[in-house]
Amino acid sequence: MFYREAGQFKTSYAADQTVFPIVQDRWGVAAMVAIAFVGVPLVASEYMLQAVLIPFLIFALAAIGLNLLTGYCGQVSLGTGGFMMVGGYMTYKLTTTFPDVNILIVFVFAGLCAALVGFVFGLPSLRIKGFYLAVATLAAQFFLGWTFNKVGWFYNYNPSGTITAPPRELFGITITGPTASAEVRYLVVLCIVAVFAMMAKNLVRGRVGRSWMAIRDMDIAAEIIGIQPIRTKLMAFTISSFYCGVAGAMMVFLWLGSAETEAFDINQSFLVLFMVIIGGLGSILGSFLGAAFVIITPIILTNAPPMFGIDLPIDLQKHIEIMLFGSLIVFFLIVEPHGLARLWQIAKEKLRLWPFPY
Amino acid sequence: MLYDVLIAPFLDMADSPVFFAEVVIVGLLTGVMYSLVALGFVLIFKASGVFNFAQGVMVLFAALTLVGLMEHGVPTWLALILTVVIMVVLAYGIEWFMLRRLVNQEGIILFMATIGLSFVLQGLGETMWGSNVKALDIGIPDASFEVSGILLNEFDLFAAASGAVLVAVLAVFFHYTRIGRALRAVADDHQAALSVGIPLKTIWVIVWAVAGMVGLVAGIMWGAKSGVQFSLSLIALKALPVLILGGFTSVPGAIVGGLIIGVGEKVAEIYWGPLFGGAIENWFAYVLALVFLLFRPQGLFGERIIERV
Repeated sequence: MFYREAGQFKTSYAADQTVFPIVQDRWGVAAMVAIAFVGVPLVASEYMLQAVLIPFLIFALAAIGLNLLTGYCGQVSLGTGGFMMVGGYMTYKLTTTFPDVNILIVFVFAGLCAALVGFVFGLPSLRIKGFYLAVATLAAQFFLGWTFNKVGWFYNYNPSGTITAPPRELFGITITGPTASAEVRYLVVLCIVAVFAMMAKNLVRGRVGRSWMAIRDMDIAAEIIGIQPIRTKLMAFTISSFYCGVAGAMMVFLWLGSAETEAFDINQSFLVLFMVIIGGLGSILGSFLGAAFVIITPIILTNAPPMFGIDLPIDLQKHIEIMLFGSLIVFFLIVEPHGLARLWQIAKEKLRLWPFPY
Repeated sequence: MLYDVLIAPFLDMADSPVFFAEVVIVGLLTGVMYSLVALGFVLIFKASGVFNFAQGVMVLFAALTLVGLMEHGVPTWLALILTVVIMVVLAYGIEWFMLRRLVNQEGIILFMATIGLSFVLQGLGETMWGSNVKALDIGIPDASFEVSGILLNEFDLFAAASGAVLVAVLAVFFHYTRIGRALRAVADDHQAALSVGIPLKTIWVIVWAVAGMVGLVAGIMWGAKSGVQFSLSLIALKALPVLILGGFTSVPGAIVGGLIIGVGEKVAEIYWGPLFGGAIENWFAYVLALVFLLFRPQGLFGERIIERV
């Protein structure tokens, strides 16, 4: 009844090419953004921000990055944790070397470093495909983990090998380091994620995104119609790693405060891949939904038994938690292998007809 | 620097050939262990096209079950039989709850499902048997002796021998039994196999059960060597470069790949490791496999990749 595009005529090319062609969608997104920017900081508690919303947004950005590569360009990567690590460590190195440079600019440069690394580790994709490539990208994961552990230059030779976010200011407000408040960090993360999500959305519906999808669907056919696989695949790896790098930088500086290489280990790569698959391959919205699912489910599983008055030993609860999480993943893949984004699409189709059957 | 990397290690090798031989042998024996894990991967990938990430956890699960049963006072032989039965039941359960519901999905979906499965198995195993490190002792001798100056370990030889026996049994099973022929037919072409009346679902159960037993053997070997604990499931990550080196679809590939990785890793760690500050074992195998793949994208023995539009 309310969700219908009947009567919405497009009279210019610009109107035809808007990101959200349906008025209701536009209002919906605007409302969501308004709530996220204004409502949430007013209402949410410190715990809510620190344990749920900030990691959700950061992982959503990483998931978008991986989705560009895996969902749109069809190259499975298990090196996401490694690329995030590059972002985190390079931000630390750059901002301790040049303390006066604006931290946001440092983030971008750290992202560029990650992009460069992604470019290098993307080179094998020209020869290797499918699962062989997936396993090959694990080389990135392990090699980068080793590098940042062994080479003291990256963590300024401090004896613990940990990188700690120093306090940095933006417009006179401290946004990183131990003194920054959760609200401020949330807002900064939100701004960055909003901007990058919008960029990704525009990227994938333009020329670049279409060439990625052509490569994904059938790379040889794409090559024949004049899409250069080298350029396209490497661009996907580079841009994807840029996103992951920025996400890694935010993870250290705006969420955890300090990190070691273990924070970016292979489980992190799998987690992001889960988000992409459960959210929906080839969907920006799906990256957000998947991140929400993967971040929130464990929190619910942890908090549910005490809520119902069930008191389990800690380690038993941890095992049951991991079991349930695993079964939920399998369950979701069976029920809807195309992910949550697909469910949302089906819901939209239903909504357009509702309440009439035809 | 260049001298250190390119020449000095080889001079070291030439200086003490006995030590070098020892390194190679240790590498070969580690390689056998890798091969055992990789073998489980290959079996399942060949028969069902599933890249089974849960193989490592299956190794852990099998070993945990065996140790758990033995701790409860079950004699070794009975515990072995019971574990085999549990692995078969497990294979049946996996087919029933997971595989048959995911038929015709893309490889990556199946891959993610097996990662979910690995979580479930890990949680299940540790809920049932606890998560502390357990010693596994099934009476394998563990003494060292010397052959013409080279130090050998009975346990490693035993592991290598049982690995060889396992591979031989599998080869016979695949080549000379009815089920083995059916398995090979399925591996070759699912649809053709179906159309001549081979029951695909039964085959999947069998192949997962066989992979579970291979996992059990691997679990016993690794468990007896370094204790049964969670880190056992991480050897799956070590088996992956073996797989891409040998090719996902080749049993001999898994074995040769395992040996190459085992030797390469040990030799690199001992002769080149100090130059890079050590601990290069973790990524060396991957980089080796990666460089190798650049020249042969289908692995050592993988089927030739033919692509059409």
